[in-house]
Parts: sequence; structure tokens; C-alpha cells
Amino acid sequence: MSPPAAETEAAAPSAPGRRGELSEGARQERRLGLLLCAPAVVVMVAVTAYPIAYAIYLSLQRYDLRFPDQAHWVGFGNYGAVLTSPFWWQALWVTVLITVVSVAVELVLGMALALVMHRAIFGRGTVRTAVLIPYGIVTVVAAYSWQYAWTPGTGYLAALLPAGSAPLTDQWQAIGLIILAEVWKTTPFMALLLLAGLALVPGETVRAAMVDGATFWQRLWLVILPLMKPAILVALLFRTLDAFRIFDNIYVLTGGSNDTGSVSILGYDNLFTALNLGIGSAISVLIFLCVAAIAFLFIKIFGAAAPGGEPERR
Amino acid sequence: MMSHRGRTLTGWGVVNLLVILYALIPVCWIAALSFKDPSTLTDGNFIPREWTWANYRGIFQTSEFTRALVNSIGIAVIATTIAVVLGTMAAYAVARLRFPGKRVLIGMSLLIAMFPPISLVSPLFNIERVLGIFDTWAGLIIPYMTFSLPLAIYTLSAFFREIPWDLEKAAKMDGATPAQAFRLVIAPLAAPGVVTTAILVFIFCWNDFLFAISLTSTTAARTVPAAIAFFTGSSQFQQPTGSIAAAAVVITVPIVIFVLLFQRRIVAGLTAGAVKG
Amino acid sequence: MAEIVLDGITKRYPDGALAVRDFNLTIADGEFVILVGPSGCGKSTTLNMIAGLEDITEGTLRIDGRVVNDRAPKDRDIAMVFQSYALYPHMNVRDNMGFALRLAKVDKAVIRTKVEEAARILDLTQHLDRKPANLSGGQRQRVAMGRAIVRDPKAFLMDEPLSNLDAKLRVQMRTQIAALQRRLGTTTVYVTHDQVEAMTLGDRVVVMRGGLVQQVGTPQHLYDAPVNLFVAGFIGSPGMNFLGATLEQNALRTSLGDLAVDDRLRRLLERQDAPRELIVGIRPEDFEDAALVGERRTGQACTATVDVRESVGSDVYVHFTQEGGPAGITELAELAADSGLADTGMRGHRIVARLDPATRAAEGSPMDLWIDTSRIHVFDPATGANLTHPERAEY
Repeated sequence: MSPPAAETEAAAPSAPGRRGELSEGARQERRLGLLLCAPAVVVMVAVTAYPIAYAIYLSLQRYDLRFPDQAHWVGFGNYGAVLTSPFWWQALWVTVLITVVSVAVELVLGMALALVMHRAIFGRGTVRTAVLIPYGIVTVVAAYSWQYAWTPGTGYLAALLPAGSAPLTDQWQAIGLIILAEVWKTTPFMALLLLAGLALVPGETVRAAMVDGATFWQRLWLVILPLMKPAILVALLFRTLDAFRIFDNIYVLTGGSNDTGSVSILGYDNLFTALNLGIGSAISVLIFLCVAAIAFLFIKIFGAAAPGGEPERR
Repeated sequence: MMSHRGRTLTGWGVVNLLVILYALIPVCWIAALSFKDPSTLTDGNFIPREWTWANYRGIFQTSEFTRALVNSIGIAVIATTIAVVLGTMAAYAVARLRFPGKRVLIGMSLLIAMFPPISLVSPLFNIERVLGIFDTWAGLIIPYMTFSLPLAIYTLSAFFREIPWDLEKAAKMDGATPAQAFRLVIAPLAAPGVVTTAILVFIFCWNDFLFAISLTSTTAARTVPAAIAFFTGSSQFQQPTGSIAAAAVVITVPIVIFVLLFQRRIVAGLTAGAVKG
Repeated sequence: MAEIVLDGITKRYPDGALAVRDFNLTIADGEFVILVGPSGCGKSTTLNMIAGLEDITEGTLRIDGRVVNDRAPKDRDIAMVFQSYALYPHMNVRDNMGFALRLAKVDKAVIRTKVEEAARILDLTQHLDRKPANLSGGQRQRVAMGRAIVRDPKAFLMDEPLSNLDAKLRVQMRTQIAALQRRLGTTTVYVTHDQVEAMTLGDRVVVMRGGLVQQVGTPQHLYDAPVNLFVAGFIGSPGMNFLGATLEQNALRTSLGDLAVDDRLRRLLERQDAPRELIVGIRPEDFEDAALVGERRTGQACTATVDVRESVGSDVYVHFTQEGGPAGITELAELAADSGLADTGMRGHRIVARLDPATRAAEGSPMDLWIDTSRIHVFDPATGANLTHPERAEY
């Protein structure tokens, strides 16, 4: 069925209902709804649920790609190996550090950027267009730009540093630069989400606070931010999960050397450098669990509203 | 002496300029690098001392880059098309129809939007080798469209919810058949949302690096971001800096064009799905 | 133009909720019928069923003698004006108005003529080439009307077409719609929650509540002889005042004093086995300043302290607070909620009287009020039925 045909059929039985349909119409609507969603659901399940289940299965085996015939069941052995390895904890620590610092910086910077875009008296369009460039640019491209900028001899930024320093080869400096690259690339996205949240704050409420004598900071802190809380939480949730998966920037900037690798880098290396599918899969599953835990934390504890969850509430 | 208004304007001018510089400097830097002559590549100067097209000529002479460019465009276009078509169907259902399991669908999309791609890399790597689609276009199109489906569904259902559906009723009262109501009234109104979504999904696919380096092994399906990472200099002792910079600029151009043409729509699309909740 | 017959029309949703129950009405050719009631009363659902936008669960719908239950909207030849106007934002006014004719494959020249004719009637000629986004609210409303009239359909259906206009424009458009309907003579079904619109526009008014038709009749009839508490309270502005009353030997004992029961009323109450506890309804306009009423008129006086005096020039409204008042009656609670009274946060039971502007009533002072006892209504609190006018709804 071609999609336009599906759409037109959709139009037929669905007298846009206040509360529903006569059973016949409702049944048709139901069937059509399921039919329209089916392809997307099948694809999503087939490409994520099945592989993650397969990853769990793989993670319980000793499976070296160089010797695929010798694969055998080891139960939780791979998990034991990963969780007792200093590499995992080092990578996790680096990942958490990068995630926390970059998201925190992005929130502040993004809020400032959102306020600029919201309040600018002129040039809003230009600013918004400019800000979209970091969002849209290929991460690898941006990462190379930063890498060359900090490479001694080549880069304009390295030229500003004292002679002989090579920031990308020092663990702390390199992590700082990774965070910088990450912040540069994703702050605009954060800012746009916050801007949309800002637009939902009624102008009259802010003016009322002004009449009540609130200063700019009081208005921001006591009126605007509380009203933006849902938008802020969604932005934080998205960005935290995204930052936790950091891979491209590290791969290009340091390749994970000098203890700057994230968990994603670790997983990749185990798979493609060490060719160990069992360990690689165990790391994959552990990362998945970390992400699930972060999402759970945000949604249950902070009460971040799941975006897109509102249509039923109408 | 400057008036208050003049000072405010100047203040905003400075702020705007800072934001624009923030956004553009890294992009300008890689562009500047790509125009540098190999002899001046390592002079650390921001502006090239000698401008040259040599780096661009260089990369377009190698099949390594041109092949990757074809792969990038082909894979992104096909994955975008499929994701938008499937996403449109699902989003229409989410925004317009009442059916059981809607919450499950929404929850599942959310879950996938949060999914760490690295978790899929190892199983997909193995599955694709077994199925024989490792290092093919299909091998990348499948994960791309899957990971962009949630984005497509969110963005589109937000747009669909904005369409006043009274119009569909009105068209019916005006004597339109369901097909006519869709073609003459709903489709023209939905088109901007579909275009916006297509742009966002395209950017997403265009951007990917992890799958591109993990699920390919030759130039058969390697996209530009992955190919760049595997660039080598023309001689063993030469750094591929110039080539990488030139290739980076080439794949940045379409993004800049999209951003310039569709700024408003992209902003609307990015924020539509996320903030309403 | 056509007669529309609704015969036992019922709408039940899959979850079992009844939106409309056993709706019977014959709308004569050329008649202007209003469906009125608070939100959720089933009036819009009824309209949508006539339009064909919602399925009919039970009953038969006939337009022009033909059963149309299973016909698509496009085969019913009726036009609809939506509350949101539902103008196509991507088409200009001309294309919006001609859309139905274009779909019906009418000749282009004919469409042009018809659209221009309608535009002339509605004073839209100079806006024909503009998009809806560039029109004012009133102009959009007229385009929505124009879209309906160019088709020259069998009937017009209007779903709160004026509720998005500001008060002044609403009154103007109301007059225009009435004039237009009279001129075209097209059968019209009009849904509104505004009882003033209902009273001024309709040949007949159908009052609905909770999916049930309460009463059908001319505006005057609904005003004079409401069948129950709900209709009594809904029709008329300000609404009817309700007082708890106890039936004594020859009088109704209320907080405003004893109201004499005449022979006609006593016989009516006896015949219907009226309970002792009753509700008395008095319209604001059935009060008068006793000082201004001559001896010639029969009625009854009582004394009350004026809370608020509001003058609107032609009349003076005087508000009193009475302790108590009839409580626990769902219909009254619903009416209060619908009119927003429930939200005003005022305690006690308020009585409003509409008096002659010559009155000397002053805030905070007691005054003598005269009540036209021949026009009071007596209701059974258990059923809500009007015992003063014990008739079934007229169809």
C-alpha cells in the first residue's frame, strides 16, 4: 500500500471524534491505526529489540572473532571480566565526567543563548541561522576542526599556547578539549529547546512580575525558570543521554589514548581492535543499562514528561 | 554622546556578533585550512597565506572520496525517504486516530531515541555478516532509518497535531471524497512538516560516524565521515590534513545550504516534538 | 431546500456513553431551528449526525423524504458553517467559496458568477483574492457563510458560528444571519450555547441537556411555559430566581414571605399530587418596586434588603441575598456551573429583580417588592417538572 493511499483511507472513517465512534467506525479506525503504525514498529523492533537480545546472548559467550569456531558459553564471565577491569571503570569515570560537565555548561550557556535569541531586538533570524550551523555540521568535521586547531604547528589555537605544549596528549587537557568540542556542537540544540520552553512562558506573567518589582535575575529565577521546568528537564534528559553516548569527538580528537576514552570508545575498541565479540557485547549491554538507568532517573525522580506522550491527554 | 537606544542597539549588536563568531569560527577555520597550500598548512595562521584549490582537486581525483560521497548521498537519501514515509504513516495514526497501543508506540520511540548506538554495533555487526549485508548500503540504511524513525514520528506528529482537522470535515461537507480531502486540503498543509522532518532526518543520517566505521570495511558503503577518518596522505610521510579539510568542507556545504534556506522550519521542527510535553 | 426529519436518533459511543438519546424532531422546509444547551448536552453531536460527520447509532434521519443515515456528507447536499470557520488557509477567499462547486465539477464561469454573487451579498467583493490569514474575524466568518450559500444546498448547518466573534460583532452578525436565512428561505439548523442567540434567531428552539431533548417550542413559548427547572433556568436573562417553598393551606411559604395560591394553581397542584416541599420560580421581570405598582394590579408585596443596585438605563437590577435557597438539585447546580455562577464565590442565595428605572431602591436599605403572582412557576423538586404548566413538550 502506498502511503498516500493509506492516508486517504485514514480520512474516510475517522470522523474526527470528540470521544469516539460508532463501534463500526471505531473498529475501522483502530485497524487503520495499527496498520499505519505496523511498518514503523516492525522496523524498530527488528533493528533494536532483536539485536539487543542477541547482544545479551553474545555477551554470555566467550566469542573471539579470530576464532569463531571456539565460541562457547561462559555465563556472566564476560561481565565479571569487564566489571573487574580498570579500563571499564576508567572509561565510565571519563564518560560521566564529560557528561556532567558538558551538560552543566551547556545548560547555562544554552539558557544565555536562548535569552539572547528570545530578547534580541534585531538580527534574530541571523543569530538563529548561525546557531544552527554547529547543530547541523557533521560531528567528525567539527572534531577535525578542533583537532587541527589544537595541533601544535598547525593550529591557530595551539599557536596561542606556550611553546612545546601539546594539549591533546595530556589526559586532563584533552578531556577539557573534548568537553569544549562537545559543548560547542550541542549547545545550540539545548538553546533551541530552551527557547521553545521560553516561548511558552506567558509574557503577561513576566510583565506582572516586573510590575511586582522583580529584578531581571529575580524574574529569571523565580518566574521564568520554574515555568520552564518541563522544557529544561526534557532538554537535560535528551542531552544527558546524548552526551553519555559520546564517541565521534573522542575518536577524532584523541582516539581514546591517554585515558580519555569513553565507554563507547571502549566498546568499539574491544570489538574492532581486540576483536572480542563477547566482551564487546557485554560492554554494549552495560552501556544500555546505564542509559536506561539515567532515563529512569530523569523520568521517575525528576518527573520529566516524556515528550510526545501528550496526545492521549487531549 | 550616545542615546540610551543607541547604546542598547550597540549592546545587542555586540552580543549578536559574539554568538555568530562562536558559531562560525570553527567552520571558517576548517574552510581556511582546506584552501591552504600544503607548504603553508602547518604555519598556524588562521587565514591562508596562499589560496589554492589543490586540496579539492586532490580529493576529487581519488575514488576513495568520490565513492564515499556517492555512498553518503545515496544512503542518506534512501534512509530519509523510508524513514519519512514510515514516520508519516505512524505519526498520522498517533496524531489523528484512536487505537490501542498508541502509548506503547510512543514509549518505544522514546526508548529508541535514547538508545546508545554502541549497544547495537556489536550485535548488528554479527547479524549483518551472517545476512551478507555487512559493508553494503542496506547495512547502513537499516540502522539509520531505525534511529531516525523516532525523530520523524515526533516531529511529524507535532506538525500533524497543528493541522486544524475541522478542515477535513469542511472538505467533506463541501462534497470532497476522502481522497480529494486529503489531496486538496490536508496534503498541502502537511507538506511543510514533511519537508522539515526530511531535512532533520537527512542531517541525522549525514552526520553518523559510529555505524559508518563499524558496519563497513571497504569503500563499497563507507560514507564521507568514515572515509575522512581513513584518509591517508598522498605519500607515507605526508599528513592528510589538507584532504581532510577539503572533504570536511564539501560535506558541510549541503548542511549550510539547508540551514540558510530552511532556518525557520528547522527550528520549528527541532523544538516541536520536544517541548510540548 | 428540504424538510429534515429526525426519528428516534440516538448516539452511543463505543465506551457505552450516550451522547444523544431518542431525538425526535421534524424540521419544516425553510424553518430556522436552534439547538441550545450547555456544553456536553449533545447538540453538536446531533448536528454532526445530520451532517453525516458522525454515525447514527439508532433511529432514522430523513432529508427531503429520503433516508440518509448511511450517506456520506457529500451525498446529503447540505452545507455547514463551523465554529472555527475551517477556511482552507492555502486558498484565497474566491477558491474557498468555490471549492464545493469545483468538486462538483461545476463550470468555471458559473462558479465565478455564483461566488461573486455571494460575495456581493456578504460584502466580500474586495477581499476575494485575499487569503484567510489576512482577513479580520468578522470577514472570515462571512467567508464561512459565503462558502455555505454559494452551493444553494438543501440545508444549512451552523455549529456555534458566532462564538469566535467579539460581543458587538456577534450581535451584528446575528441580525445578518437572520436576514440572510429569511431571504434565502433555506432550512437551517443552528447550534449554540448562548440562549440569547437561541431566542433571537430561531423559529423554534430545542433545549437539550445530557443528551435528552428537554423542550421544543417557539422562543416565547419556552419563556412563558418552560416544562422543567432546567429550561426555566436556562431561558431568559438574567435567569429565573428559584426559592424553596412549603405548600401551606392557601399559600406557598418562602423566604420572601407567603405567596398566595389562587384557585387555578391549587387545582393544578392537587391534580398532580404535588409534594409539600416545592420550588418556586420567579423571573426577575416579574418583580416590581411596590411603590410604583398601582392598586389595579393583583400581586403580592414583600420586603427585602437591597444588596446591590445596578442601573442599565432602561432598567434597574436589584440584587438580594436570601439565606438557604433550594439545595441539592442537580439541574440547578448544572445551571449555576454553566452560567459561571458557581465560580463567583458568593455565599447565600441571590435573587435578582428587574425594576422600573424610577425605583428609589438604595443599596443597604430595605424596600418593598411587588411580585406578579400570576406569573410564578412552581416546580417539583424531585422531578424538576413545572407543575404550573403541566404539558408535554410540543413537537
